[in-house]
Amino acid sequence: MQIELTDQPIDVAAALAAVQDDGAGAVNTFIGTVRNQSTGKKVVRLDYEAYDKMALHQMRRVAELAREKWPMLRQVAITHRKGRLEIGDVAVVVAVSTPHRAESFAACQFIIDTIKQVVPIWKKEEYEDGSVWVAAHP
Amino acid sequence: MKLKISLFGITKEIVGSPELEVSTAENATVAELQTELARQYPRFAELTSLAVAVNSEYAAPDQLLRPHDEIALIPPVSGG
Repeated sequence: MQIELTDQPIDVAAALAAVQDDGAGAVNTFIGTVRNQSTGKKVVRLDYEAYDKMALHQMRRVAELAREKWPMLRQVAITHRKGRLEIGDVAVVVAVSTPHRAESFAACQFIIDTIKQVVPIWKKEEYEDGSVWVAAHP
Repeated sequence: MKLKISLFGITKEIVGSPELEVSTAENATVAELQTELARQYPRFAELTSLAVAVNSEYAAPDQLLRPHDEIALIPPVSGG
């Protein structure tokens, strides 16, 4: 299991290498990138802030939870970026390896969905005319 | 007792500081801390949610707080 939080550009190839496993017949990867618009507004960049210690702990918990649900899971790598990101930058990479492909899709989706619900990381969208902490207000 | 609270994202902006010290009764619960914070910072009530983390875990409302706990406010997360 490789869990990382970094303020440097994410090396997707390194995440893939981390889940290489001779017992795996499938590697599934989710790459989250910075989009140029949000609810119709043009986004110029994002600022990610993390509660580092808890974020790492919760990412590890999510990976452990995935292993409980899919005991055949071989390797898991999660890397989340923080700091200032520009359009097109990679914000998060989740990579898993499993013996067969069905579980690789399911586990990878579970991990990214759960990360978005529980890991204490916050993004602020910067527009041309202001900024908003995403999801903060109803 | 005095509790140190770490702040992130919008709560840091509302308070204007990355950390906050709050006085509560001895053995205060998470819910009592939330009530005190809502009294001091009415803008917290405008947030979609505001959880409390104790030692890197989400805390239940009836959890007791200790002075040496690592306490943080967790506004709606938006990673990924």
